[in-house]
Amino acid sequence: MAKKSYRQAISEALRQEMERDHRVIVLGEDIAGGAGGDAEQDAWGGPMGVTKGLLPLFGRERVIDTPITESGFIGAAVGAAATGLRPVADLMFVDFMGVCFDQIFNQAAKFKYMFGGKATTPVVIRTMYGAGFRAASQHSQCLYNIFTHIPGLKVALPSNPYEAKGLMIQAIRDDDPVIFFEHKAMYDMEGEVPDESYAIPFGQANVTREGDDATIIAFGRMVNFANTVADKLSKEGITCTVVDPRTTSPLDTETILETAAETGRVVVVDEAHPRCNMATDVSALICQEAFDKLKAPIKMVTAPHAPVPFSAALEDLYIPSMDKIEAAVRSVTGKSH
Amino acid sequence: MSEIQTIVMPKWGLAMQEGMLAAWHVEEGATVSKGQEIADIETSKIANAFESPVSGKLRRILVTGGETVPVGALLGVVADESVSDAEIGSFVDDFQAKFAEQLAASASEKGPEPETVEVAGQRIRYLQIGDGAGAPIVLIHGYGGDLNNFLFNQPALAEKHTTYAIDLPGHGGSSKDVGEADIASQAKTVLGFLDAKGIQKAHLAGHSMGGGVSLYLATHHPDRVASATLLAPAGLGPDISMEYINGFIEASRRKKLEPILQMLVAKPEMVTGDMVEDVLKFKRLDGVDAALKKVRDAVFAGGKQALSLRDQLGSAKVPVQVIWGTQDKIVPAKHAEGLPGSVKVTTFDDAGHLIHMEKSAEVNQAILAFAAAD
Repeated sequence: MAKKSYRQAISEALRQEMERDHRVIVLGEDIAGGAGGDAEQDAWGGPMGVTKGLLPLFGRERVIDTPITESGFIGAAVGAAATGLRPVADLMFVDFMGVCFDQIFNQAAKFKYMFGGKATTPVVIRTMYGAGFRAASQHSQCLYNIFTHIPGLKVALPSNPYEAKGLMIQAIRDDDPVIFFEHKAMYDMEGEVPDESYAIPFGQANVTREGDDATIIAFGRMVNFANTVADKLSKEGITCTVVDPRTTSPLDTETILETAAETGRVVVVDEAHPRCNMATDVSALICQEAFDKLKAPIKMVTAPHAPVPFSAALEDLYIPSMDKIEAAVRSVTGKSH
Repeated sequence: MSEIQTIVMPKWGLAMQEGMLAAWHVEEGATVSKGQEIADIETSKIANAFESPVSGKLRRILVTGGETVPVGALLGVVADESVSDAEIGSFVDDFQAKFAEQLAASASEKGPEPETVEVAGQRIRYLQIGDGAGAPIVLIHGYGGDLNNFLFNQPALAEKHTTYAIDLPGHGGSSKDVGEADIASQAKTVLGFLDAKGIQKAHLAGHSMGGGVSLYLATHHPDRVASATLLAPAGLGPDISMEYINGFIEASRRKKLEPILQMLVAKPEMVTGDMVEDVLKFKRLDGVDAALKKVRDAVFAGGKQALSLRDQLGSAKVPVQVIWGTQDKIVPAKHAEGLPGSVKVTTFDDAGHLIHMEKSAEVNQAILAFAAAD
């Protein structure tokens, strides 16, 4: 199987779905580059080069450069979805989502409900999240928890290239609006990705490690941190189960509760700010449904309740680190060095 | 014989780079014989008993239970009493130094990779290993399987023969269009593969449904078959576990699929999490669900095997042998009973349906013996 980057995996998913289904279009700022001018066409392919190469294959009708007006092109994507296309809009940084909340929360998320189940809104909004890119507090947030809060939206957080391709294909084929979160520090991450198309169903967690001593539930990029910690600790005889929920909405509560109950010792790792995030959500779920199985208080490893610092040294401290995850596992298992 | 022999971490399948020696079954100083299960080894893909490649006295154990080491690493040293401890010591030092060098040198080296060939407009994926003279060995997997199912067999067979493991249509990396989907159409694809590779005659070894395909070719196209080794094959009776076939199709989650895959083996712990995940990854590919259903409906119509070649077996013009595990829960080993005397039948009491994985050393020997006879 070929090794591909996270970037290539998403790009391949877009290309294959555009080939399969003529209703799939992509739109966003600089997703091709050069529209309306004499300069180089397809100069950008989006800020991270994910959509580069689509323009020559599918043309300007299906690869649409938009003005710098998120409220405008997200609204256009939602409307296009409601009238029969399957648009994939690139919102660049999730931090900019604030200017188009109405289009997402009140329109896209509500159409199916408000129109008695007769309307579908198969729109995908791709967006970058996460710290570690030295992009300061307005370009580094997670915010997936905010979208998870809204009924009617689906939220995907691919943790590696294989997941990215399969979840993107599922997102495009899904009839509901999907917010697709790409961690900006992961685009060059490589992994084995099949050349053929495949869809990973939403709401099915992936158990990436199996162990007896603790259960680590982690989201997005943090899954990889948790895997590394689990591998390290297993050499000492401390074995961990690691759960990647893949989507926060729908959430695979069954797998979370089962794996939490199996070890009775739980660490939840979430790169988002600590208040009302996935860590608190999952912790509350386990406390309510599996409290009698817990052998120790749940530990949450999250960023602090503070904006992402611009200082590189402070940003490194801000992100949940493998050291902090390891310390949390040692704490819940009572197994120190 | 004052020779020093080595026992090293085996390579089970293309992807394996390291393995964990879970436990030794023998102690230092014990006498081991070739084929004896001397340790349990776990990889990310599979857990299996490790059979000693050599016979003699186990003078030294170098890797303790629970340790993970690279493929090729020295696990133990076998030598008879006439070899002194000092000689063994210097042999081990020498081996370790050379192995470290090799490891560094081979870091960027790639092993054989699967390739594809077009057969009647369809993409067929195959893995070729070895380049021996004589008729090549072609390995054909069963329902829902792929060429990786022969990970314990192909490297051993490739030492003396050219070997090809193929993905049947709808499976592995081959096209997901299965055509008529019955055994005859699958056999036609295998013939097309032989043509495409310029193979006039091949020794076939087929498992389960692939065994049925091999049997079909042996009885219908004897001019293209040098010998046929049928591993828990389809085509010798009506029974088939539809609990397995339907469970395999329906299970989309690891938790549901794991007990289904465990039906394949006598020891359920052989099935690892990664093995389950690999099957899920295959089942997620576009077209696989439809392909699996179509093959099921053609090969196991109405919950019975659609094709029986039992009556034609006696007049087969090529050597045929049948190998079965009596704990097989998918295709019962009773199908091996009452076969014509010309067919060599071997059964194992402590093995299930994945006989070529569970009894790999014995199956490899049987295939090699058959292939050597021509």
